[in-house]
Order: sequence, then C-alpha cells, then structure tokens
Amino acid sequence: MSVLVYIENVQGKFKKSTFEVISFAAAIAQKQNLPLVALSIGDVSDEELGKAGKYGVTKVLKAVGDSLKEMNVQPYASVIAQAAKAENAKVIVLSASFSGKGIAPRVAIKLDAGLADNVIDLPVMDGPFIVKKGAFSGKAFAFVEISSDVKVISMIPNSYKVVESPGSAAITIFETQIEAKDLTVTVKETKRSTDKVSLPDAELVVSAGRGMKGPENWGMIEELANTLGAATACSKPVSDAGWRPHSEHVGQTGIAISPNLYIAIGISGAIQHLAGVSSSKVIVVVNKDPEAPFFKAADYGIVGDAFEIVPRLVEAAKAFKSSQNG
Amino acid sequence: MKILVCIANVPDTTAKINFTPDNKEFVSTGVTFILNPYDEIALSKAVDLTTGGGTVTVINIGDASTEPTIRKALAIGATDAVRVNSKPRDGYFVARQIAEYVKTNPFDLILCGRESSDSNGSSVPAMLAELLGIPCVLFAKRLTIEGTNATLEQEIEGGKEILSSPLPLVAGASEGMAEWKIPNMRGIMSARTKPLVVIEPIEVPQHTTVKSYDKPIPRSSVKLIAAEDAGKLFDMLRDEKKVI
Repeated sequence: MSVLVYIENVQGKFKKSTFEVISFAAAIAQKQNLPLVALSIGDVSDEELGKAGKYGVTKVLKAVGDSLKEMNVQPYASVIAQAAKAENAKVIVLSASFSGKGIAPRVAIKLDAGLADNVIDLPVMDGPFIVKKGAFSGKAFAFVEISSDVKVISMIPNSYKVVESPGSAAITIFETQIEAKDLTVTVKETKRSTDKVSLPDAELVVSAGRGMKGPENWGMIEELANTLGAATACSKPVSDAGWRPHSEHVGQTGIAISPNLYIAIGISGAIQHLAGVSSSKVIVVVNKDPEAPFFKAADYGIVGDAFEIVPRLVEAAKAFKSSQNG
Repeated sequence: MKILVCIANVPDTTAKINFTPDNKEFVSTGVTFILNPYDEIALSKAVDLTTGGGTVTVINIGDASTEPTIRKALAIGATDAVRVNSKPRDGYFVARQIAEYVKTNPFDLILCGRESSDSNGSSVPAMLAELLGIPCVLFAKRLTIEGTNATLEQEIEGGKEILSSPLPLVAGASEGMAEWKIPNMRGIMSARTKPLVVIEPIEVPQHTTVKSYDKPIPRSSVKLIAAEDAGKLFDMLRDEKKVI
C-alpha cells in the first residue's frame, strides 16, 4: 500500500505548488504509516526529479514517451491510475492546478475512488477520513468525509506550507500502456508568458480596477508587481473592456486565488470580485472613495487617489526590497 | 446538432450563507436561487451554436424547487429539459445521473459550466467525460465546431492553448465563451410550454459526505493608513502580518 503524489512539471521544471503538494502528501503518508511514491510524467531531468526526495518522497516513478511529452488530460489520467494500481495507492494527491482539475476527476472514476477537490488543509485521519475544502465561493468551508477504500484529493496551491524532510528518492522508469482512444485530442498551439509570476499560485498579487481609468496607466501597477515579485490581476470590468487579459480576471466568473497578500487598487469590491479573493490572507485596499465596499473586507486601507498613492508604494517597495537584500 | 447543457441551481451570489444549528445543512429558506453563472454561459453558447438548426436539451439534478431555474433556461433558448428528481448529492452522483441519461440519449456535444458557485467543484464535466469515454476540455474560452470536430481555446498555467478534438466531447465553459443572453418576451412565453421531463435517479454508491459546514473567521475591521503614510505599508505588512 502507499500514498501516491502526482508531481506536475511545467516545461521540465517543478513549481512551488509541486513541493507544497509533496509536503501535504508526505504528511498524509506519515500519519497513515505508508510510503510516499511520486509520479512524474514527461521529460524531466533526474536532477529535477531528485528534488522530490527532499520533501519526503522515497520513490519517483518516471513515465516518459512520445504521447506523454505534452500535457494531455486523458493519457495523463490513465498513467496516474496505472501507477496508483501498480503501487496499491490508497490515497492519490494532486495539485488543483488547471491541469489537475481536469485530471483528478478522471483518475477518481478510473479507480472507483471518492474525490475531494479544492482541499485546503490536511485531512483528519483518526477514524473517518475528513478533508476541509472551500464552499460557496469563499463564504464557507465544508468538512467532507471520503468513505471509499481509495481516495483522490486535489489541493489548492498556496494552502499548505512546503516542509523539507531530508532523504533521497530512488528514480525508476514506469512503463505505461497508452490506448489510442485516449489520444484523440491534439494540441495545435501553446502560448505561455513565462516571464510573469503565475497568478493561480502566486503568494503576492497586485490587482487593479476601473479606478485606473485606462490600460495606458497600468505601467505603475506592473512596476509595483515586478518590484515585489508579485503577479498582476484585475477586476471584471477591466478584463471585459479588454484593458487586461482574461487570465488576470479574479472573481466569481474569473479565477479564485488565495495569495498571502492581495493589494487591490481602484477596485470597489463588488461581491462577485470578493468571491475570487476572500481567501487571501491579507488584503490591502487603495481607493479614493472612503465608502467603497472593499474597505469592509480589507485588513489595511488607504483612502486616496491611486495616481498619487501607487507611485509612493512603488518607491516604498523599492526601498523595502533593497533593505531586505542589502 | 444535438447539444446537452448541464445546469445547476445555486444560491444567488449576494445571498448570505447560513447553516442549520448543527452546521450540517445549508439553509435555503429566504435564499434566491439562480442558474449557475458558468452554466448560463454554456447555455448561451449552445443556443448560439444551434441558431442554424439543432437542439439544446438542458439537464438538471434537483428536486421540484429547481423548476423555475429550468424554465429560465428554456426561456434563454433551450429546446427541452430533463430534471432528475433528486438533490445533487455530490459531483460523482450528478455525473452518474447524467451519464445514465446520455447512454440512451446520445449527444454531439455536452456543455457544462466549468465550476459551480456553491460547491466550487469542477468535477462533474471531467467525471462525466470519463464515464462516457470521451474527451473533456475543462476551461474552454472559445469553441468552434466544424463538422464532427471541435477547436477549443483552453486556459492553462500562465497562458492558453488551442486544442482540436473529435465530437462528442464535454466542454467546461469559461468566461468569454459566449455573451449572456437575456430572455425576451417570446422566450419567456414559450418556456412555459416547452417539454420538461422528470425522471427518477439511479442508485449510486456514496463516496463522499458533507459532515459539517463552517464559516471563516471574519477579518477584524480595516486598519486605515493615511495617504501620506502610504510608504509605511510594507514595513507594517512585514512586522504585523509577516506576509512579505
């Protein structure tokens, strides 16, 4: 028996959320007294795979092949299920990334396993296996029992701390069977902006709304974000107007994020926007309207004109960063 | 072209969320229920795709209280509706009910919202696709159909990709896939007479159970920083909250 963690790579490299999900799976494995096996799919160097050993993984299964070079939901779900069966995994853990969300449900069906998605904390495992997940778009939590013999969990990025656990992992090639019926979807084109901090897993986010008056004014927002090493985000009216890409829209019909720090500039704080950001640990609101509803949901607030406040924040951020580094 | 749109009946976004005293159930009295926003986008797309011909069936897993929402879907432009007479226990239960219906009623395309605003689960589209042995593209922003093939634009980590898939497939609608449609008078009138068939659910093993709910600890009231002191923000964030 074992706990299996799927370690997702982006272009051959692991992200912080990969080490978070390994740490999370390691804690489950330790509690259940089971070995932790990791599965990697695609072309990842042994040096990169070895990193998994520093977080509690004892064995890494490496699945490679022409049909596995690019992320493709059906063959990847098939490989994960095959590995789970080969290792007699009782708990299978994945990150609730874009790809994880499409893969985890398929794995659950293949293994006849109960699925808990968008999990935000370690399960309680004394007696019934209970996980905590978000519900009602950030307004509540649900405690869900998974009662099936095999359990699949997908975990929200940035909700579990990375924990080092000195050791090393043995890397072995995992032979897989890929069926033609799983290869009917083809990728025609991929466009990635690798220079930016990825918004879904970002720890720090600088977001702006209609208060910025136009896309030409975003320079200072990007400068603040770059100085802090933060991702950029925006409100719905801004992405609807085409000022910023849809991928930056956070809110009920955009993405939900849970960064450590969310700085909202010129955003009034409509309920639909809050639904996307209420899980942020700390919220800072900058708005020239003291009645803006967002102030009621914020930890810190600055009432003032964004065009005066943001340049001050940029200067302060630069000074802060150089005193950190100096 | 035959399209199936899976719709969920969820509490309105602005609804206050309350639970029974034992925290085991959501209190629905006094709460306005609406068509899940992403499902509405999926339905709008289906109506667009069939303007030249074809049918749009909506399916909902719910008790009789969901019928107003189903009629709204018919008013937006669905051709007919099916209600599986049961509360939607969890994503697996919902996927199994829909898969059972599709086994005897095949479709060229199945559209779902990519996520429901109450459970925030995205499991139904992919589970349904796996049960039917077909592809699922979960975060589809754009979708075009050419004959028996679909081209989709999907959101991925830090970007997007263009995919090609044969039909049938399941697509999860993301924002941008279609413009919201406001039902017109004719739509609302015809919704009353369009077919709404009620079927009984099949038995499905229960793998997950909500044991209880809880609410997040409310933030303490906002600490206001004067505009001229804006520069002190980062020191405060470091010292008081340790987030940078």
